[in-house]
Amino acid sequence: MHEMTIAMNVVDAVIKRAQENHALYVTSIELEIGELAGILNDSLLFCFDSVCKNTIAESCKLNIHSVPAIGKCHHCEITFTVESLFAFCPDCSQFQVLIVSGKELKIKSFNYE
Amino acid sequence: MCDTCGCNQPDGAVTITKIGEKNHDHSHGIGDKTHTHQSPASHHVHTVTMEEDILLKNNLTAERNRGYLEAKNILTLNLVSSPGSGKTSILERTLKDLKSEMEFYVIEGDQQTSRDAERIDTTGVPVVQVNTGTGCHLDSTMIRTAIGKLNPNDHSVLLIENVGNLVCPALFDLGETLKVVIISTTEGDDKPLKYPTMFSAADICIINKTDLLPYVEFDMGLCQKNALKVNHHLEFFQISATNGNGLEKWYDWIRSQVPVG
Repeated sequence: MHEMTIAMNVVDAVIKRAQENHALYVTSIELEIGELAGILNDSLLFCFDSVCKNTIAESCKLNIHSVPAIGKCHHCEITFTVESLFAFCPDCSQFQVLIVSGKELKIKSFNYE
Repeated sequence: MCDTCGCNQPDGAVTITKIGEKNHDHSHGIGDKTHTHQSPASHHVHTVTMEEDILLKNNLTAERNRGYLEAKNILTLNLVSSPGSGKTSILERTLKDLKSEMEFYVIEGDQQTSRDAERIDTTGVPVVQVNTGTGCHLDSTMIRTAIGKLNPNDHSVLLIENVGNLVCPALFDLGETLKVVIISTTEGDDKPLKYPTMFSAADICIINKTDLLPYVEFDMGLCQKNALKVNHHLEFFQISATNGNGLEKWYDWIRSQVPVG
């Protein structure tokens, strides 16, 4: 439900940098979004298109790269792939798991002409 | 509806009003909307590496708020929950019972109306209402503006009631000291598993409406166990803002957190 704000933040930040580079158009933007970041990609893409309208990023392509969620057990210190924020350790079955990646919300780069 | 639907609200949609004042502010610019009509075929493609957090702007302002509040020794709690869990009732009760011991300030977040701020205003505590329009969460710029209107004294307590929404406010740091998630016994003991992002982000969990436990199917132990699966650092308070059960423990905790003047 917050994807509109996320889209506005992406477009604002990219346009600012693009204008510093005297860009005419932004043609594509690369994002890294963690699997547990709480973002629905379809919703973000939908919002992105409407935010880009009437800007130098209109019609630009948004590429979302998912970052896998990795947890680390507080007890065993092993790392493993997790599917949710309430993950348990596959070794000791405890829930004291630290999410070490998968919450990323990052603008990697953009292309312009 | 929140702004997922694509109905991009105008800049003036956010209003921040100190109760008793008749002015308004707004925030949320969407950047420069220049559009150049030239053929892209005639230009070279360049790449700019950014490696920048999407929420950088919000996070920077949140840290600015945090620095200001820490320097003034102000305990700031960001109260988050679904609509109807009793956030405003807990606030009202807490303010009435503790305002003689410490100085409070309140920021009320709602999409529309100043009804909650008017309820808080009857307690005599300074309150600012932030109306987010179609927005589904408070952000750090709104809080910065609201703090400017409140001008809180040192060694006080600032309570922020976020927009009733158990999803979006989880992502937006406001500069608070701690995030307090509130659920009520009428909502179901599996709520922490259904909305893990918020429980993961919170520091404190208040379970409200314990006076209704005899009438609802709510397993207190299971609810806390579920919440701890998501966040094993959570600290719990079981309270009833209606009959006052458990409030003394909550008050003792607030007393222990207020920086000594």
